Amino acid sequence: MSPSLSAQNLTTLGGLLLVLAILVPFAGMLIGFVFGGGNAQRVALATLAAGLAIAIAIANALAQSGKAVVYILGGWMPPLGVALRADGLSVVMLLTVAVVICGIGVYARADFGTPSGVKEARAPLIFWLLLLAVWGSLNLVFVSGDLFTLYVALELLTFAAVPLVSLDGRTETVRSALRYLLYALLGSVLYLLGAVLLYGAYGTLDIPLLAARVRPEPAAWAALALMIAGLLAKTALFPLHLWLPPAHAGAPAAASAVLSGLVIKGSWFLAMRLWFDVFADVVTLPAAQTLAALGAAAILVGNVVALRQTRLKLLIAYSTVAQIGYLFLMFPLATGLATAGLDSAMAVNGGMLQAISHATAKAAMFMAAGLVYTTLGHDRVADLRGVASALPMTVLAFALAGASLIGLPPSGGFLAKWLLISVAITTAQWWWALVMLVGGLLTSVYVFIVVVRTLAPAHVGWNPKTTVPRYQQAAVLALALCSFLLGAAVLCPVDVTQIGRTVSRNTVLP
Amino acid sequence: MTLALAVDIGLTLLILAMAAWTIAVRDTFASVIGFVTYGLLLTLVWVRLAAPDVALTEAAMGGGLTGALLIGAAARLRSTESASRTERPSVLTRTLAAVLSAAVTAALAICVLNLPDPAPTLAPAAAAQLGSTGVGNPVTAVLLAYRAMDTLLEAIVVLLALVGVWSLAHDRAWGGYPQLRSHADPDGILAYFARVMAPVGIIVGIYIFWIGADFPGGKFQGATILAAMWLLVIGAGLAHLPPVSQTWLRVLLVAGPLVFIVIGFAGLVTAEAVFAYPNGYAKPLILAIEIALMPTLVLALALLVAGAPQRMPPQ
Repeated sequence: MSPSLSAQNLTTLGGLLLVLAILVPFAGMLIGFVFGGGNAQRVALATLAAGLAIAIAIANALAQSGKAVVYILGGWMPPLGVALRADGLSVVMLLTVAVVICGIGVYARADFGTPSGVKEARAPLIFWLLLLAVWGSLNLVFVSGDLFTLYVALELLTFAAVPLVSLDGRTETVRSALRYLLYALLGSVLYLLGAVLLYGAYGTLDIPLLAARVRPEPAAWAALALMIAGLLAKTALFPLHLWLPPAHAGAPAAASAVLSGLVIKGSWFLAMRLWFDVFADVVTLPAAQTLAALGAAAILVGNVVALRQTRLKLLIAYSTVAQIGYLFLMFPLATGLATAGLDSAMAVNGGMLQAISHATAKAAMFMAAGLVYTTLGHDRVADLRGVASALPMTVLAFALAGASLIGLPPSGGFLAKWLLISVAITTAQWWWALVMLVGGLLTSVYVFIVVVRTLAPAHVGWNPKTTVPRYQQAAVLALALCSFLLGAAVLCPVDVTQIGRTVSRNTVLP
Repeated sequence: MTLALAVDIGLTLLILAMAAWTIAVRDTFASVIGFVTYGLLLTLVWVRLAAPDVALTEAAMGGGLTGALLIGAAARLRSTESASRTERPSVLTRTLAAVLSAAVTAALAICVLNLPDPAPTLAPAAAAQLGSTGVGNPVTAVLLAYRAMDTLLEAIVVLLALVGVWSLAHDRAWGGYPQLRSHADPDGILAYFARVMAPVGIIVGIYIFWIGADFPGGKFQGATILAAMWLLVIGAGLAHLPPVSQTWLRVLLVAGPLVFIVIGFAGLVTAEAVFAYPNGYAKPLILAIEIALMPTLVLALALLVAGAPQRMPPQ
């Protein structure tokens, strides 16, 4: 075993925090399930605070040591045992998910309170339990260092996410949930087949050990193809996106925010982890170009279809289809940099920033749409007059989140696209830059249409159906601001995402 | 040609035939029966491959539990069966699906046939460390020592699946009783069978669970048998399912994973890491975890078959 490998198999200071990041949300879910009713919500909110503190502590441990945070479970060394590892990429995602989940938790207090006089109601109990389960599963995706544990994480994520789609119990949402379940299960099976092939060929499932052993040969190609295809079905990359719009648009607003902002990032992150950390020596530029071509198709198709939607929530859901496309443009850009002997960090950072800004912006947008629905009693795009005077903070939040999706400065979306476009030009792949510019233009049209419609004055004598609590509006605005101000990440003195990423550095360099 | 080879070839042909039947047959119920038979034949394959642990799991989960779930689903779909038969994918769709499946199968076959021989494996390492876990069955050591966290999370997956099934309940029925479809006569043959069979089945289930520490067997397989016995007694009308709001039910459902987490974190104090066991106490702690997981799994698996609550709770 080489020295760099053995260094990745030692529990580091703060490693225990990784175990807590996974098990605290699940323990909260179990305890909430026993007490039930309004107590489940109380346990969930307490867990949100604890989980946010844990995520911050992990980030601190990473920044202090400048190396990946590692925990060896049970003291059993890989390959026999399982290691948890958090490098810069993991920590950035842990923090993002913690912030977004807390925002959603604050917002959901109004929509998923247990009604007074009832001991326990179905939808609130299920929502709070699944919110915690989604969180624990995502944290596991980000820090697990073992391909089978990652399979368990995908299964947890599927079973936590699918019931969120049909929380309101309408027949058509149950149908969308079932379709989502079928896509997600197919994805899990393909991933598992790939993992089994890898174990059969190389005798380990530990990521660094596997990265050192994997060679460009049929077994590795087949495993890569199966696993990536499965993860694309879960991430809803075009043309496997058909399940997403009805599922994300039909769920209650807080659940849509979880699904569209966070859940799809889990499978995307895993695809990226496999691509850069396991299969770095196996992937080829044409394979990366294929992924990005699907991404480009997603950007164009998703945005055009979003433009034609008459319902606000469906418009936002199709916008997610388009934004997922941007997440896959980084693959040929990173490969292009690596083959030119340059550091691929810039392309990876562009992709990560896109994921973070979309997570915060899309969660804010779906929750804003939920408030619009509560106020108007409908979400028809053609009839949004009066919303801006009733919900000024919410319309501002929608516009800021929209600016991030378009890529206006100083938003996170701007910095992401700026990084990706500059890499596209450096590596002479100008066509991806063109796709991003056209996508931004199309996005700006529908964001503009929605905002302008909300600014129209209300009919005389019109009153909001329900008054929305101020803290709900504040939660939405806070998440939108996170996305809008994320561009300030450019001022960060160290390249946070690249801390502890020895694996890709060793293998990418010629 | 030896007898063993003849058995293997016969088994392979039977499995392929059952798989083709499961896909080709139009009646849902017939297809489910084909699938269950296919699972039982796979069990024999695992026995032939000298993997008795996998064989037991396949028989209990793949054949038994999945079969029960599918038969339940087929029974619920009976009334819409004829309507759904008119919806049939086009020839083009079916051809594309067949081509895609064949291509994936061919690619997998090529890869599997070209895997290194002897296969790289962690089996010797798992066996070498067996002494420090105190258990005699290396599969149990993998599940509860080397990869304990995976097993904990899998138990949580089962619970999440149950929460998902319950989430399909009608708002008015929330907190109420799940109902098995049973039209049993309390003096009929099913009730008689349940009275005779259940005690035997319970002993077999507990035996398979207990023996799992040192020989093939274990909690998942044992729990499936116990769940089946419970459902048999309920289906015969001799007992009722509890309402989903029942506190003891919820406590037992989470007890397994919670005890697992507590013992896992105790390892931080008594041994050197989370999910580590102190020297000499590994086996009793593993047994404690398995005993706590048993009711969780039995209840969760049986309630998965029973479905969402349907009847109002008592006021």
